[in-house]
Amino acid sequence: MFFYYLRLATLSYKRNPILSTLMVLAVAIGIGAYMVVFTLNYTMGGDPIPHKSSQLFHVQLDSGDPDRDGDPPKQLTYIDAMALQQAGRAFRQTASSKLSVIVEPANPEIRPFSVIGRGAYADFFTMFDVPFLYGQGWGSQADENIEQVVVLSRETNERLFGGADSVGETVVLAGMNFQVSGVLDNWDPVPKYYDVNNGPFDSGEALYIPWRHTVESSLPRTGNTNCWKPLEGSGEQAFLNSECVWIQYWVELRNSAEEEDYLSFLNAYTNEQRQLGRFQRPENNALFDVQEWMIEQEVLPDETRILSVLAAMLLAVCLLNTIGLLLAKFLGKSAEIGARQALGAHKGSLFVQHVIEAGFIGLLGGLLGLVVAHFGLEGIKILIGDQLMMTEWVRLNIPVVLVTIVLAITCTIVAGIYPIWRACNVNPAIHLKTQ
Amino acid sequence: MEIGPIIRALLRNKLGAILIAAQIAFTMTVIINAVFIINERSRLMARPSGLDEANIFHVVNIGYGDEYREDQVVADDLDLLRQLPGVVSASSINAIPVSGGGSSTGIRATDDPDSASTPTAIYRADERIFDSLGVNLVAGEYFTAADMRTRDEPGETIADKAVMSEALANELFPDLTTNEVVGRTAYLPGGVPIQVVGIVERLQAAWPTASFVENSIVVPELYLDSFTRYIVRTEPGMRDSLMIEVEELLASQPADRVIRDMESLEQTRESSYRIDSAMSTILLVVIVTLVFINSMGIVGLAVFSINRRRKQVGTRRALGATRPQILRHFMLENFFITSVGVVIGAVLTIALSIVLTTSFNMPTMAWYYTPVGGAVLVLIGQLAAFGPSARAARIAPAIATRSV
Repeated sequence: MFFYYLRLATLSYKRNPILSTLMVLAVAIGIGAYMVVFTLNYTMGGDPIPHKSSQLFHVQLDSGDPDRDGDPPKQLTYIDAMALQQAGRAFRQTASSKLSVIVEPANPEIRPFSVIGRGAYADFFTMFDVPFLYGQGWGSQADENIEQVVVLSRETNERLFGGADSVGETVVLAGMNFQVSGVLDNWDPVPKYYDVNNGPFDSGEALYIPWRHTVESSLPRTGNTNCWKPLEGSGEQAFLNSECVWIQYWVELRNSAEEEDYLSFLNAYTNEQRQLGRFQRPENNALFDVQEWMIEQEVLPDETRILSVLAAMLLAVCLLNTIGLLLAKFLGKSAEIGARQALGAHKGSLFVQHVIEAGFIGLLGGLLGLVVAHFGLEGIKILIGDQLMMTEWVRLNIPVVLVTIVLAITCTIVAGIYPIWRACNVNPAIHLKTQ
Repeated sequence: MEIGPIIRALLRNKLGAILIAAQIAFTMTVIINAVFIINERSRLMARPSGLDEANIFHVVNIGYGDEYREDQVVADDLDLLRQLPGVVSASSINAIPVSGGGSSTGIRATDDPDSASTPTAIYRADERIFDSLGVNLVAGEYFTAADMRTRDEPGETIADKAVMSEALANELFPDLTTNEVVGRTAYLPGGVPIQVVGIVERLQAAWPTASFVENSIVVPELYLDSFTRYIVRTEPGMRDSLMIEVEELLASQPADRVIRDMESLEQTRESSYRIDSAMSTILLVVIVTLVFINSMGIVGLAVFSINRRRKQVGTRRALGATRPQILRHFMLENFFITSVGVVIGAVLTIALSIVLTTSFNMPTMAWYYTPVGGAVLVLIGQLAAFGPSARAARIAPAIATRSV
């Protein structure tokens, strides 16, 4: 019966091709546009590390200006990051920050170039489940001894070693010899949750070195630095002792007991610092898991949020359109319905028939909607360009494709309920009369 | 006028009319707010930076190795650049206006650390910078080579003179005229006093979205951290060829260095406002699509409702109604439907606008958007309805006699 009704649906489409095509177009445009925005929101506001996002926490210590109301600092000061790192009270923990590094390739053919690197602790790679192509991260003794070891991104390894296994090779960074301990596989989490203060949709760093090189080898820091208080004196040490925040700090805590313990440790720490004259604001320490931190930092841009409101209304217009057109179509074939009823079809089967017909239109609209969404996303990728941020993720993915098809069919059937009801309730006598 | 019969005829088939009215209402809401957002973004994009944008480019120079003597290299490089034919002026500066990256600070009109401070961008540059940027001096004078200070460690500003934008001068000293601000002392964080020697008409901050985008201060200071940005202003038409020439020239100099981020100011501006222009394009596509879908919907339903009433039309014609009367009937019908849609749409438009204003920090929409938008939609409705109505007017009276 299903296939018979499906055949009726195709026949009905052919009988009224313009009206039917208009409907398919309306559904396709509405659903396609909605899917474009849905894809943006789904990825930009999505969970970049679903299997452990609730165990990774951004640490917030409110070391801000007591004379002014304002948000707590988004990063940590050097003093606090070092204190937390030395206490080592979390299951895993890492301070990290961006560096500007000059790479001098061994091959004299390649000119020295500068890259953005990241200083991090050994736990960084295990905490964030960073995938390795060759080798692995460094051990925690490398952090303590400030060893000259480096982890390269896949792209940097491509550039320096032509993509070969370079573990154990030497790379000259800022005039010092670093030994390669590992090479990453492609790793570009969207959003870049471990550092949303420096471009949440930027690509990952070119290389990673033990964090303490940042200070001990005085490598140039880069990235967001915020100071509310003037430095006391001048020089590198004055900067390190200052209230300037510039370090991202993450901890991994396995359960809520660990979370509570860690928070009370943080409170004890800031209380102790308060005795020394720091942390003069009311206590406002917090742990944000990955999702909470993305929301707190409003990683999802205003633009996509505005667009989702508009896209929902666009979809509504398209569906209203579909209701009208379906009504026109179904009432247009009242005579046929009358004939079927007179021949003994009961309302239930008429209902099923028209649900299938509406669903058929929805399916076609959904398929065409995928094409619309594909071109819409490609267009957005072109509009944004590839220099501003990573755009590889701006494309259709399996969940979005499935949602599109299901949504298109459901919407069309829902939009069709009233027209279907009207169609099932035509009075056969009147329509048989005019035949 | 036959308004009564038109309304009564409409009420006999409410659903089609309701659907069209609802479509119009939603369309109006989206279109008017989208047009407002587009206008708002173009207004932001049109703000002048104060610079001679067409003729400026900039490049980053990063030195490395123990041999690198930054102060010497910078002096030599700038000498070299300034001698190039076609170069008007060249300078070092810590950040590029409107580029999205730079330094900001708080500045006070008194040395009382508890007084309110005004946020501003701070540029550290050499004495030739004003010529390199192409800004307009409106009061006082520029600082000179004698005012330059060189600093090689992190810390607060050590310069003691500054030039600021007129917007900052007026915000900092609201009671003084622009001319009176010249010679005044302002205070940087840490109570560092700085004398205002000159005021430029306009010099934007590095962040186009900042609330203090018009506030900026330039101090005569070179900070040695092996990272230097050169900004070069050229004769008209020479920029593009000089960009290539300068990149090669700097790279061929003996010091160990990396040259990167060579960009014209126009490119910088374009990428700073990329999201705004992308947003405008997307919204434009949405508007066109909506108008298209709506017109199709109106045409589709009008054709359908007219077809269902062919006999009535024929009967009216047979009873003496003229073609213009039939045309008027259907045009007026469409006018009533769209008007109802527009009235509902006006309410929704204002509601959405309030939501956008409160949750996205957008300015309030001017009052005329809603009535103008409504009028345009009524017009579009009339245009879409004209074809089907004209066809209805051509229905022959004879049809009334057929197959009754």
